[in-house]
Amino acid sequence: MTTGDILQVILFFVVIIAITPFLGNFMSRVFTGKRHIMMPALGWLEKLTYRFSGVNPEEESNWKEYAIGLLMFNLIGFVFVFLIQLFQAQLPMNPAVLPNVSWHSAFNTAVSFMTNTNWQGYAGETTLSFAVQMVGLTVQNFVSAATGMAVLLALIRGISRKTTDKLGNFWTDITRSILYVLIPLSIVLAILLVGQGVVQNFKGHETIGTLQGTQQIIPMGPAASQIAIKQLGSNGGGFFNANSAHPFENPTPFSNFLELLSILIIPAALTFTYGKLVGSTRQGWIIFSTMMILLIAGLSISLYSEYSGNPVFGHLPLMEGKETRFGITNSVLWSTVTTAVSSGSVNAMHASLSPLAGMVAMINIMLGEVVFGGVGAGLYGMVIFIILTVFIAGLMVGRTPEYLGKKIEAFEVKMAILSVLAPSFVILIFTAWASVSQAGLSGLNNSGPHGFSEMLYAYASAAGNNGSAFAGLNANTVFYNLTLGFGMLIGRFGVIIPVLAIAGNMAGKNITPGSSGTFRTDNWLFIGLLIAVILIVGGLTFFPALSFGPIIEHLLMKSGITF
Amino acid sequence: MSSKQNISLFNRRILLQAAIESLVKLNPTLLIKNPVIFIVAVGSALTSITVITDLVDGRFSIFNFQICIWLWITVLFANFSEAIAEGRGKAQAESLRKNRTQTKARKISGQQEIEVLAGELKKGDIVICEAGDVIPSDGEVIDGIASVDESAITGESAPVIRESGGDRSAVTGGTKVISDRMIVRITSEPGNTFIDRMIALVEGAKRQKTPNEIALSILLSGLSIIFLLAVVTLPAFFGYSLKASGKSLSENLTLTVLISLLVCLIPTTIGGLLSAIGISGMDRLLQHNVIATSGRAIEAAGDVDVLLLDKTGTITLGNRMATDFIPGDDVTPEELADASQLSSLSDETPEGRSIVILAKERFNIRGRDMQTLQASFIPFTAQSRMSGLDFRTPDGALHQIRKGSSEAIRSFVQNNNGFYPQKIQDIVSDLAHQGATPLVVAEGNKVLGVILLKDIVKGGIRQRFSELRKMGIRTVMITGDNALTAAAIAAEAGVDDFMAEARPEDKLRRIRDEQARGHLVGMIGDGTNDAPALAQADVGIAMNSGTQAAREAGNMVDLDSNPTKLIEVVEVGKQLLMTRGALTTFSIANDVAKYFAIIPAIALSLYSGKSGVGPLSALNVMNLGSPQSAILSAVIFNAIIIILLVPLALKGVRYKPVSANNALMRNLMIFGLGGLVAPFIGIKLIDILINL
Repeated sequence: MTTGDILQVILFFVVIIAITPFLGNFMSRVFTGKRHIMMPALGWLEKLTYRFSGVNPEEESNWKEYAIGLLMFNLIGFVFVFLIQLFQAQLPMNPAVLPNVSWHSAFNTAVSFMTNTNWQGYAGETTLSFAVQMVGLTVQNFVSAATGMAVLLALIRGISRKTTDKLGNFWTDITRSILYVLIPLSIVLAILLVGQGVVQNFKGHETIGTLQGTQQIIPMGPAASQIAIKQLGSNGGGFFNANSAHPFENPTPFSNFLELLSILIIPAALTFTYGKLVGSTRQGWIIFSTMMILLIAGLSISLYSEYSGNPVFGHLPLMEGKETRFGITNSVLWSTVTTAVSSGSVNAMHASLSPLAGMVAMINIMLGEVVFGGVGAGLYGMVIFIILTVFIAGLMVGRTPEYLGKKIEAFEVKMAILSVLAPSFVILIFTAWASVSQAGLSGLNNSGPHGFSEMLYAYASAAGNNGSAFAGLNANTVFYNLTLGFGMLIGRFGVIIPVLAIAGNMAGKNITPGSSGTFRTDNWLFIGLLIAVILIVGGLTFFPALSFGPIIEHLLMKSGITF
Repeated sequence: MSSKQNISLFNRRILLQAAIESLVKLNPTLLIKNPVIFIVAVGSALTSITVITDLVDGRFSIFNFQICIWLWITVLFANFSEAIAEGRGKAQAESLRKNRTQTKARKISGQQEIEVLAGELKKGDIVICEAGDVIPSDGEVIDGIASVDESAITGESAPVIRESGGDRSAVTGGTKVISDRMIVRITSEPGNTFIDRMIALVEGAKRQKTPNEIALSILLSGLSIIFLLAVVTLPAFFGYSLKASGKSLSENLTLTVLISLLVCLIPTTIGGLLSAIGISGMDRLLQHNVIATSGRAIEAAGDVDVLLLDKTGTITLGNRMATDFIPGDDVTPEELADASQLSSLSDETPEGRSIVILAKERFNIRGRDMQTLQASFIPFTAQSRMSGLDFRTPDGALHQIRKGSSEAIRSFVQNNNGFYPQKIQDIVSDLAHQGATPLVVAEGNKVLGVILLKDIVKGGIRQRFSELRKMGIRTVMITGDNALTAAAIAAEAGVDDFMAEARPEDKLRRIRDEQARGHLVGMIGDGTNDAPALAQADVGIAMNSGTQAAREAGNMVDLDSNPTKLIEVVEVGKQLLMTRGALTTFSIANDVAKYFAIIPAIALSLYSGKSGVGPLSALNVMNLGSPQSAILSAVIFNAIIIILLVPLALKGVRYKPVSANNALMRNLMIFGLGGLVAPFIGIKLIDILINL
């Protein structure tokens, strides 16, 4: 690594830390309906939205009503995206005249974008029309991110309120997060990206004559606007198949830096919002620090692994599959951040990462996408681990465990365990199914442990709603489209519903005032404990699976065998 | 506390009984109550079937056989831990119940008295108890007064008075009437007395799980399911890897190996010890002579963060005591002490006695013969508000000595045409401000001085309260005294808050207020008027000497009727929760080492080429002898650790009154870090032994 590489990594984290309190504070004002800077410009639009849709912003609902609203809203989004793919050939805005999408691919894609996963079993530019990309996918990019934030907000209210069953209003939560947070940030980012040369037009394919005298077809389209939200909303679904490794999606080092930053800013800032709304910014920073430590630990292992190279090739860093324009550091930084944040956008091919760096990417996802994680989703996933940590370790101070004054009892533990179980179930059971079935094995592009990693990664990515892939896998088959689709559904709603149930149950409880007898969740000791529980409860389950994939591959590579 | 109830941890009779009981507990309907251990039992049964089918097929795998034996041992050890805790609890309870089982009761039926067995008495029956009788069941005295020997339940040999009406009307079955006669109405249904309920609480089969125990069981079951997923998917992953490394699928993992891995990963340590911890909490409480009516109450005791304590008896010794003589002008302290002693010689109140004692201690003034003095004692009345003595000296002069409140003495002196000095007035008001009670002494028309009466704060109570504060528990003193007196005593005792001039309904209101602010409140009480507050409190301890109403309202009964017991009850509750947390942490931390023992053992041959030793042998950080010995060592460690931790589960983790943070740090170092490291060492040692 050069000094320049190191400085760039440091700069990245400094900017994130600097933005967090400002954006976090702004969002806390937005979500509580206080006055904020976007209000004068867009406040009328919020009111108009409510009047137009018949929503009474004052009306609050209990957790079941909140959950039903959320599920119906997501279901409608799914059905819409599913249908327009099936009939895209008959619909306008299809300059490249692309045919209708197969039913299983349409199912997979619709689930994928609804669940904020953005797993793409297809190649964007050669499969989907502009209509599908803009009206279907881009819209889902916004609403799926807003859904994550809404669940987080309900959970925050459950924690901070007492003796009530009201968790807020789902419709105002998503309206505010889209209108005041996602849209303004996306517009700013899209403009900056266009300035860097990201394409934004409605042309189909450009056919040009190259210097060698041959013809080349260059896909075009409204890329910048979709890329902005794909990065900000932890979506990750690229406009082009190569995602942010494509020069039209990510043309310059500055655009690379901006896109990298925009993956992390909202999840990072939400930790501050959380602290603000539960009444202790310190609690927010504690979560931020926990996530940051796990992120930097993962990054360090990946960088070490990449730079120590492969003995087969004389210990040179491997450039195959990496983002050659920006170098290994940027590829690895991106791969770590995108898996930690549940984004899944890529600027390098993860299958080409060294085994250990690939394992870090996989572990980031398997831990439940809580290392910052998806917009909203990462934080509520982290709160689940906090609840488990408080329950396991909190007993050791001699009191019924409590978090922020709320007693953690049987119901919370049951729901927390369910939400850890759901993604684990998908990853382990579906990978096992794929590894013994012909349909699963036929999609593999590599043999040996690397092939195993392809399957494991795919289901982890689905369950964690990440969306990135070990690109070797050919997943556009009925088997993979369906199993991954259901995996995404279980991974998303198998967590959201228990989280809302916890929120509803906690809201009804009284808040025990803190004292020196209270288990403290705002010090370094707690950070250490939380990390230990995340690694042992969240990670240890996958130790056998990882042993047969990246660990064995790493050990074999050291003895000179590659796959 | 009586020593008779400290049952040795390794009482041979209990151990034997527990060993038999652990076999009885193999009954699947009992096992299923503990999901983690149930999984182990199912695993044991499956490996047994494997061993048997092997034998039928004429094969025998010593490895399978050993694993099978150790899995059964794991189940038995878990059963044994529960059985031994039950055994100890029952032994304690039996010693309480012993006297009562064959007791005859003299039941009044209509006009006649009939003899029935104590066990046949129903709630509402009326019985007669006379000197020499054993009281047949819990009840309330409705007529008469008697002295009762309660040593059978409290260990305290001094008899206590039980009388109808008032706050000392409750009697407990199994105690013995020493003198007099009383009529008792039975207040418990047969089999539902305090002691019966307590016995039920320590018997695993009848025991209800407490809320925190339920939550913990859910966590343990959830973790078991997660590990079950990890284990059932393993053959698929392993099969893929076998094919990829060019091996035959027949080398895939055997059922025995998979079950071994599962049993090692699921939290068997805490799963096996969970009910023993709960029972022994009950048991420890009983060693403090406190009977809890539910396990839930003991847990709540750990959560209590506000304690309401009656001043009298809890914080102070119970009575005011004379602590000083402050003479007026022209009076020596001896003269004052002499007069005070004379005035108190016939005063049988504790205050009066304390004055006599103080005079003897300070000036060696001895008792005098009242007859020769021809003295007549003037007792205290509510009207006069003073007491004293009239006597004639040999010269025939009449001496009138009086002691009493400032106002009473002022009018006494002024009636005798005396003068009440300003200095005395100043001393009196000064002392009253300090929270003490001044008694003014006068003889005839002359004021001699002031006796200082003070509430004596119990030795060591201040230290106790500061410990409670460290644990985050706030103490509130309840007293009928005026605010001034209350504040002074509160400051001296070091309580955090006080309620002066408190009436019973104030207590109830205070508890509701604290609860509305999210606090959990503990209190101790005895009288009928305490009953509503005892019922409202999260932990209400009724004194055994109290009324039946109070005992019904509270969720614990203190057999010693010692008000400071509340503090010990809180400690037992905290210790119980800490022990659970510590062993859960230990159990979960253990898994890291077990993975490192078993994964390299099962995956040794993968991608091994000709050497037979594949790359995953690098994970064998403990350098265990062979794959089979590695798995066996992990299983043996897993079983043995349960039995090794039984004493800890029964005694509870060492408890110190420190802040939550310090307690956490300490327990984390021992059980978190220890849980991470111990199995690495333990498994390695067992492996060395196996391979000897």
